[in-house]
Amino acid sequence: MNARIELVVAAVDDAVPGIRSLTLAAPDGGRLPSFTPGSHLVLDVPAGEGRPRRAANAYSLTGESIDPRHYAISVLRCAPVAEGGTAGGGSAWVHELVIGDRVTATPPRSAFAPVHLATRHLLVGAGIGITPLLSHLRSHVRWGREAELVYLFRDGHGAHVDELKELGGDRVTFLADRAGLAEDLVVRLADQPLGTHLYTCGPAGFMDAVVDLATELGWPSSRVHLEPFGVAALDPGDPFTVGVAGEVLEVPSGTSLLEALEDAGHVVPNLCRQGVCGECRVDVAPGSSPLLHRDLFLDEETRGAGDCLMACVSRAVPAADGRAHLEVTL
Amino acid sequence: MTPPPTLSPAAPTTAPDLVAGFPFPFPNPTYRYTTNVEPARGVVTTPAGQWGAAVVDVDSAYGEELAERAAILERDPSRHAVLPHMDVACWDAMLCLMRELALARPDAFTLEVLDDLEGGSRAAYRWRNDLLGIDHTFVLGDASTLPDEPLRWITAQVQEDVVLLDERDGVLWGDAGVVTFAADWSFGFDVGMSFLEIHGPVPRIHSEGVITRAHEFIKRLQPNETYRRTNWTLTVHRRLDVSTETYPAWGPDRPMVLTVDDETFGRLVHLRTEVQHLVRLPESGAVMFLIRSYLLPFDELARVEEWRERAAAVIAELPEDMADYKGIATYRDRAAAWLRAQAPTP
Repeated sequence: MNARIELVVAAVDDAVPGIRSLTLAAPDGGRLPSFTPGSHLVLDVPAGEGRPRRAANAYSLTGESIDPRHYAISVLRCAPVAEGGTAGGGSAWVHELVIGDRVTATPPRSAFAPVHLATRHLLVGAGIGITPLLSHLRSHVRWGREAELVYLFRDGHGAHVDELKELGGDRVTFLADRAGLAEDLVVRLADQPLGTHLYTCGPAGFMDAVVDLATELGWPSSRVHLEPFGVAALDPGDPFTVGVAGEVLEVPSGTSLLEALEDAGHVVPNLCRQGVCGECRVDVAPGSSPLLHRDLFLDEETRGAGDCLMACVSRAVPAADGRAHLEVTL
Repeated sequence: MTPPPTLSPAAPTTAPDLVAGFPFPFPNPTYRYTTNVEPARGVVTTPAGQWGAAVVDVDSAYGEELAERAAILERDPSRHAVLPHMDVACWDAMLCLMRELALARPDAFTLEVLDDLEGGSRAAYRWRNDLLGIDHTFVLGDASTLPDEPLRWITAQVQEDVVLLDERDGVLWGDAGVVTFAADWSFGFDVGMSFLEIHGPVPRIHSEGVITRAHEFIKRLQPNETYRRTNWTLTVHRRLDVSTETYPAWGPDRPMVLTVDDETFGRLVHLRTEVQHLVRLPESGAVMFLIRSYLLPFDELARVEEWRERAAAVIAELPEDMADYKGIATYRDRAAAWLRAQAPTP
């Protein structure tokens, strides 16, 4: 699962302020593996230049999915900590890449696929959240499926606008403000044929608003799909201790269990480091404090069992005696 | 439905490549169900040769097995089913099988992309199958450019059975397939069921968590990831189609084989290995489940000493409920005894 592919930056497009569209190619110029619409690449971001540790950032693929000659991603630049922002510096790194640079990434990973049994697909995106929905729309147009797309963006800051127009024609609606979106969605969500599925991607607050409205209008959760990569940064959490292989480690606030284990020399398989991919699952032994699950991977049943957690995002919370401690096996 | 004619009990002599390439299914001295999946394409060396390099395997029985599949589909069209939402998955499966054929046998199969897809358009492909004399150009997604439904067309060119699983609401559903060589199950009965329902009758796997682990594993497969596992049973005669539908034709063979002499027993009873591949198809996100059935008669098996000894031990030790589910409870004791009796005299 941790295999990497090497890609070369073949083109760079900075036409939309703050957003960089990258075209990546195989080093030998050949075709790249096909992928499921809505898939993402996880790019390896090296440490250095203000980045304390290496990172792996997920970016949705926006281009052709079948026998593609290129992989295309669009990346919004988020201000890193060094500039007073909160981002880890991965997107700033992408904005520094030049044609000919080599990058490594996972092969495309799918976590936001269209549902084939749907009678109709309603796509609602905001800002850079348009990227996986563009990929969905391309697939729907190819296969003649019923689809419509609503795209909210600030004037002058919309990525892929021309491409969407050309691809979707009157199936695409562009909106410029949240008030307009609310007005539009109240009507649109209330008037969809039975069997329509809703897909949304964008800032967390935006997705919450879309989902709340859909829920209010009676949409079952099984027909509402969220692309989880827009999630806001997690809070640093409270410190706790972890017992592993007869040793006790401190996990300070702001350090993840995964980082603490790695810093102590343990090898934990991992990939996305944001609670999505499921790679860094760690078994928890009895006698541990309650778990604070913050991942998007484990289901409710597994969480209920209380015997594992995703080390990249989840933590221990104090038990009744005030002690926050995990006993883990690797 | 009329049952097919019973095959001649005089099975054809096994071609050398079918022995050399036989995927012997017993790595351990005892057999239990496990979630025994491993990455595909790993070559396994056996005392007789090797297997495992190809996901889609073409051997000297290609023509014979494809003719048999065509005859079965002609007699019983329910062996092919595609629920309407699986149309994209069928195109996807077709492309994937063409690529795997071309990888396995570049001398005999080629797939060429004729032009690029742009803006949601559809590409044309040229497919050549020199073994069957096919040279065909088609447009992806345009059914009028293929001589048949995509899944049925491509399964007329591979020896594997195919089931396509759709994933929705966190569950896998067997919603399309072409299965003509089922070992004691019925695709027509199972189509549209969930993966967990399909495996309902298998003993032990539920209490031991094997099937839920497999289900979770399959759901995590990423686009193009390919894994495999093996399964096995015993079959009387070199009969690929031992599906529930044709039970009247082969069911009586199980008690019958207890009445034949030793020489005939060794010729009639076959070790049947299924090499099963799981591929996450890229465009549809469906999971393609391939089942390839290999049959080796006991008299050939017994010529490979390691195989003889191991098969005898596994078959003798197999718990009764598992033997019963595999349909071999009536004759497995004789099968084990027969294999042991072939031990080389010191």
